[in-house]
Amino acid sequence: MLAIYKREMLSYFTSPIGYIFMAMFMAMSGILFSFFTFLMNSTSVSTYFTFLIFIFIIVIPLLTMKLMSEEKKLKTEQILLTSPVSITSIILAKFFAAFTMFGITFIASEAIHFFVIGRYTENINYPEVMGTVIGVLLIGGAFIAVGLFISALTESQIVAAISTIAAVLLMICLSFIANYIPNDLLANVIRWFAILSRFSPFTIGILDLASVIYYISLAVIFIFLSVRVYEKRRWS
Amino acid sequence: MIEIKNLVKRYGSNLAVDDISFTVNDGEIVGFLGPNGAGKSTTMNILTGYLSATDGQCLIGGVDILQKPIAAKRKIGYLPELPPVYLEMTVREYLNFVYDLKKCTLNRKKHIDEICDVVKITDVQHRLIGNLSKGYRQRVGFAQALVGNPEVMIFDEPTVGLDPVQIIEIRNLIKSLGKNHTVILSTHILSEVQAVCDRIVVINKGKIVANATPAELDKLSGVSSRSKLKITGESDNVIAALKTVEGVTDVELSEKCPEQDCNIYIVTGDSSEDIKKKIFFTLAARQMAILSFEACSSSIEDIFISLVSKNYAENVSDTKKDIGKSCEKESDDTVKSDVDETEETTKADETEEKGEDN
Repeated sequence: MLAIYKREMLSYFTSPIGYIFMAMFMAMSGILFSFFTFLMNSTSVSTYFTFLIFIFIIVIPLLTMKLMSEEKKLKTEQILLTSPVSITSIILAKFFAAFTMFGITFIASEAIHFFVIGRYTENINYPEVMGTVIGVLLIGGAFIAVGLFISALTESQIVAAISTIAAVLLMICLSFIANYIPNDLLANVIRWFAILSRFSPFTIGILDLASVIYYISLAVIFIFLSVRVYEKRRWS
Repeated sequence: MIEIKNLVKRYGSNLAVDDISFTVNDGEIVGFLGPNGAGKSTTMNILTGYLSATDGQCLIGGVDILQKPIAAKRKIGYLPELPPVYLEMTVREYLNFVYDLKKCTLNRKKHIDEICDVVKITDVQHRLIGNLSKGYRQRVGFAQALVGNPEVMIFDEPTVGLDPVQIIEIRNLIKSLGKNHTVILSTHILSEVQAVCDRIVVINKGKIVANATPAELDKLSGVSSRSKLKITGESDNVIAALKTVEGVTDVELSEKCPEQDCNIYIVTGDSSEDIKKKIFFTLAARQMAILSFEACSSSIEDIFISLVSKNYAENVSDTKKDIGKSCEKESDDTVKSDVDETEETTKADETEEKGEDN
């Protein structure tokens, strides 16, 4: 599992995709951060983090689109699937590689942001920021699992990327869609699945256990489904 | 040791592998031979745990690949049809990756150096695999299969895309591996099998057509022995004379050499009987001199084609029989309809049925 993880990390940096991801993430989050703090003259960062989640629509597919699809197309998956490792550890290694890339980039960019803003003001509520960062990491993990699952379904990176954009967009927009649904029961069900509605506790510094479990189980479900995709392919 | 027992693989309604069983013993090189789409790659993919079998069992060194995949996969070195190499890695990085992936315990540097030496990639080990030629990529694929020194080696068309010198090198490599490993290789290049393998398993349409040593295969195939004879005399007379010999099944005039007053004939005979003496005495008695006598042993190509097409011919004759049966039925019908009474009754039946339908 460690070998696959290491190779996957290496492949982000031996191809342009890792650099493109980091550059895009840092540029977009930097613009959002300066807009919601410096330009708005505000020290509250919860709006910034909520809007940061919207850039995941574009940057998460960059990380996940090639995870499985490229190996399928180039037949390199044959060496993984005929080696003494289980399918679960292959999928987990890939998930954690993408998650590491995402986590390091995210934490690095926030470190820069808060280093800069810390020089101008002392009114930043750091426990609140920590809570929000954990929330964003969990949401990122859930989206990466969705992207990984979609990548396992197709041979084409483009198809994987576009489908992941659509899926992440849908998951983010569910809470808005729910507002327009007249049926209360249905609206509540949709709200239950909505990513954003569970994010608000984090932004005020509360580590809501239900939300944490919700995001983790979302990631676990899609990792499990990816494993099933590979199991099924062996049998059909 | 590889044991395959009653292996079946179905893709939907398509039967790719149909109940095949064979064993490859330790230190044996078995060639897996068949036309395209015969089920070679499918069988190999099942053996390596890449695909699952619909039914049957595969034992690698006594370990079931389905029940204990990880233990069984440890014993396998597999080179698929396309070498599974990552183009953005250097050869050395890639082999280190495979070393970790297979959880090897041998001395890393020494082991990988040895492998590079054996497949002759030492001088390219710091180049990107994406920049290597097809032949070199194939060798890297080979190197990958050798990592960890597994007891069973499975090669799917190992010499495809290599130049003739490389092909000979790879064949020698496989031969040397065969001394202390169990090797199974698939190919449709027949000379390769003859050069390398101890035993040949011929597969066609998912079924084993033959499982024998190259020598045994010769007899099995039913290709009878043929001889090339140069005989003086009038061609019609010679052919007539040859046909009187017991055991000769066919005589063919292949070449005429009028300047030497002789012709070349291809004589096909029963392989079980030694007909050479009989031919000699028969012709000698008729004053026809045999200038040369050359046995054309049937090549493996002939054997292969005869095995595969024999299988094919059986299928065709089956369908012909079926067509014949349906023709008989039709003629029966016409006979019946000639009889007025029966026609009327059938008509009555039809109207009844129609009435019910309405």
